[in-house]
Amino acid sequence: MMRSVGTLTRADLAETINRKMGLSRAESLDLVESILAHMCGAMADGENVKISGFGSFVLRDKKERIGRNPKTGVEVPITPRRVITFRASQLLKDRIAKG
Amino acid sequence: MIRSELLSALARDNPELRAEEVEQVVDIFFDEIATRLAEGGRVELRGFGAFSTRERKARVGRNPRTGEPVDVPAKRVPYFKPGKEMRERLNAD
Repeated sequence: MMRSVGTLTRADLAETINRKMGLSRAESLDLVESILAHMCGAMADGENVKISGFGSFVLRDKKERIGRNPKTGVEVPITPRRVITFRASQLLKDRIAKG
Repeated sequence: MIRSELLSALARDNPELRAEEVEQVVDIFFDEIATRLAEGGRVELRGFGAFSTRERKARVGRNPRTGEPVDVPAKRVPYFKPGKEMRERLNAD
């Protein structure tokens, strides 16, 4: 499979916005940060984030459970916590499955 | 928050942009991520999280209605791992 593709970062996203839209590099990078900050802020406030055509970030509250230190075997409680699960849209799933 | 709410928030922060431009920025953002994943690559957004893909082996599934076995081919599926900062913010209270 095509494994040679590198990792996409904020800088790459800003670069594409700069190239396709002609906005300055600084403004493009600000917009990328701003998208992430708004999504992050919504989730920090307890909201799910749903981007149609892409997927949903769904918050789940996990109860306390007993875990084990894999190295020592000692049982330790895992504190209750909120986690995010990403549910890809059918469109994204199809695009990735096809490769 | 849904996509249209994200667009409004960005439009408020960037009054110099037209609504179509804000929409185009958001489209490029998610489309670039999807494209990189479809190419077999990874997307790393420090503080937010990382998108990658995972292999799923071929398996025999079942049509839930008829109970009939069906071959499900091997495929790749998207995966998201939240970043450290994101996880901490979710549990900040």
